[in-house]
Amino acid sequence: MAEVNPTLTPDIDEVAGPLLRIETVTKRFGGFTAVDALSLDIKAGEFFALLGPSGCGKTTLLRMLAGFEAPDEGRILLGGEDIAPMLPHQRPVNMMFQNYALFPHLSVRDNIAFGIKRAGLPRREIMARVAEMLALVRLEGLEKRRPDELSGGQRQRVALARALARRPQVLLLDEPLAALDKKLRENTQRELLELQRRLGLTFIVVTHDQEEAMTLADRIGVMNAGKLEQVATPRHLYEQPASRWVAEFVGDINILEGNVESRDDHRWTVSVANAGNVVVTAPREATDSATVCVAIRPEKIRLSRRGPAADAGAMNRLNGTVASVSYLGGASVYTMSLDNGATLRASFANTARLDVDAYAVGERVVAWFAPDDCIVLGR
Amino acid sequence: MSGRRIFTRPARIAAIAPYLWMALFFLVPFAFVVKISLSQTAIAQPPYLPVFDIGLGWQALKSAFVTLSFDNFRLLVSDSLYLSSGLRSLTVAAGATAMLLLIGYPIAYAMARLPRRWQPVAMTLVIVPFWTSFLIRVYAWINILQHDGLLNKILLALHVVSTPVVWLSTDSAMYLGIVYSYLPFMILPLYATLAKIDPALLEAAADLGSSPLKSFWLVTVPLSLPGVGAGVLLCFIPIVGEFVIPDLLAGSDALMIGQTLWLEFFTNRDWPVASATAVLLLAILLLPLLIYDRFQRRQMGRS
Repeated sequence: MAEVNPTLTPDIDEVAGPLLRIETVTKRFGGFTAVDALSLDIKAGEFFALLGPSGCGKTTLLRMLAGFEAPDEGRILLGGEDIAPMLPHQRPVNMMFQNYALFPHLSVRDNIAFGIKRAGLPRREIMARVAEMLALVRLEGLEKRRPDELSGGQRQRVALARALARRPQVLLLDEPLAALDKKLRENTQRELLELQRRLGLTFIVVTHDQEEAMTLADRIGVMNAGKLEQVATPRHLYEQPASRWVAEFVGDINILEGNVESRDDHRWTVSVANAGNVVVTAPREATDSATVCVAIRPEKIRLSRRGPAADAGAMNRLNGTVASVSYLGGASVYTMSLDNGATLRASFANTARLDVDAYAVGERVVAWFAPDDCIVLGR
Repeated sequence: MSGRRIFTRPARIAAIAPYLWMALFFLVPFAFVVKISLSQTAIAQPPYLPVFDIGLGWQALKSAFVTLSFDNFRLLVSDSLYLSSGLRSLTVAAGATAMLLLIGYPIAYAMARLPRRWQPVAMTLVIVPFWTSFLIRVYAWINILQHDGLLNKILLALHVVSTPVVWLSTDSAMYLGIVYSYLPFMILPLYATLAKIDPALLEAAADLGSSPLKSFWLVTVPLSLPGVGAGVLLCFIPIVGEFVIPDLLAGSDALMIGQTLWLEFFTNRDWPVASATAVLLLAILLLPLLIYDRFQRRQMGRS
C-alpha cells in the first residue's frame, strides 16, 4: 500500500501502563443505554478529550469517573485499583463542574480551601496551599470576594483552583470553557494547556466543541450513542477518520458515494454516480466491499477557471459552476454544482487582502484534487 | 439618558401600591390605636374620653399635647399581670418556633429532594389543612385530647397508660395545637429555599472530599438560612399574639398577651389599656423584624 504520512500515526508511546483503565463499562438509565460496553486507557500526564454530540454519553462517563454514577457493568481502574465501589468523596480525582458549582456563600479563599480542609491538613499548610493556588490561577487580591462578585473568567479560574487544590491524580473537566465568550475561551484554552503541561497532571475534558478538543487534547475519543467511534490524535482524527460518522462529525467534509471500478496496490478508481471517475490512494485497511464513500476535506480541493497544468497532483478534475460563496474572513467557502448534479464545497484561505480574482456565483470552474487527499470509507 | 427610565409610568404607580396599602390599612388604624391608648376609659359610646379633637384647631391640639397622659403604659409596667403575660407569650413563641423548626426542616428537606413531579403533590398536602376552618381544626384537637378522646383511647388500648391522661388545658396541648397550626408557615419558606439549592453544589462538596453529613452542614444549612429566617419570623410573630389556641387548649392559670388584650377589651371594656397593650406588643415584635431586615440586607448586598 501507499506510504502514509508518518505524522498520521498515533504518537503516544505504548510503553508505560495506563493510569486510568476503563473496562467494558456500561451504564443504563431505565431502558436507555447511556454508555455501552466502553473500554478506554488513559496514560499519566495525558490531556484527553471526550468529544461527541449531546446525549452521546460523554458526561455520564465522566460522572462515573467522579463517582456520581455507578457503572452497571465493567470496572474502572485507577493505578490498578478498582475505584467503582468508592464514594465520590473518597476518590483521588477531582472535577471542574460545567457551571463551576462554586459555593455562593463562601469567599474565593474558602472555596479553594474547601477540599484541603476536608483532608485535615494543619491550618498553616492550608493557607500556604490556598496562596499557591491563587498564584497559579492569578487571582491574588480577590480572595475575599464572593463568587457573584467575580467575572465569568475569574469564576472559571476559581473552579479550576478549587479542583486542583487537592492535587488529584486525575482532573475531570466538564465543558470547562462553555460558559465563556469566544475571545476569553481562546486565552483560557492556552492557559489551561500550559497549566497541564507545567503540573504534569492527567486531564480528562468533556466537550462538544471540536475546535476546543483539538486545541487542548493529546488524544481525542469521539463518542456516539454510548460507544467510542475512534480514539486518536487530533490530526489522525481529522485526516484519517475511522468511519463516515467521524468524518462528518469532525470538521467539514465532502462525501461522494460510488463503486470501486478497479483497484491495484496504489490506486483505486471509484465511479461516483454524479461526478464521474475519481482516482484515490488505496486505503490502509482495504475493504472488499464494492461500494465505498470518497471523502474529501473542502480545503484539499482547488478551483481554477481553465483547469490545472497537467501534473500528477491533479488527477481528479470535476467541472461545474459556482453556486454560492461564503466569505468567513480568514477563509472563503465556495459551493459548487457539478455538471452531473452533485455539490462540492471547497475552501480557501484568504491570503490576499484585495482578491480581484475571486470566483463569482455562476462562473464555470474546474475543481481538482489529488488521490492522496481522498479518504476512502465504507458506507 | 439614565437607568431610572426603565420603569414606565404604570410600573411606578404599581410600585407605590404596597406603600399605599400599608398606609391605609396599617398606619392609619395604628394611629387610632395609639390615640386611644393615650386616653382614659369612660362609660360612654365609644367607651373612652376623647384625647383631642382636630376640629377645635391648633390651640386645642397644643394644650391636649401638654396634658397627654401615659397612665395606661405606666399601668402595663407596674402591674405584673401584663409583664408576666408578655413574658409568657415570648417564651411560648420561642419554644414553639424552635419545635416548628426542628419538625419543619426535615419535612421541607425531604420535599425538596423528592422527584420533581412529586413535589407539587407534597406541597398540596402541606396546604390542604387550610381548606378546613382553623377554628374547626383546633376544636378537633379538643376532641382528640379530651378525657375519653381518641388519644387516650389509643394509649389505653396499647397499655401505654393504665388511666386516662389529662391532656386538655395543659401547656403540652397548647404547644401541640400551635405547632400543628403553624407548621405550613415554617415548611413553605424552608422548602422554597431548599428546592433552589443547585444539586451540583452538593456534588462539588462530595467531590472535594466531604461526607454527606458534612456537605449538609457546610453547604445546605448555610444556603437555607434565608428560609430559616423567613419561617421563624412567619411563625414567631403571630404566635406571640396568639389568642385562640392558648384560650382553647391551655389552662387558665397563665395567660398570653393576646388573651390579656382580649380580656381588657371585651371583659373589662377598657379600650385604652387594651390599645396600650397592642402598642407594646408591636414594639416588642419590631425587634426581631429589624434583625431580620438587617440580615436580609446583608444577603441582598452580596448578590
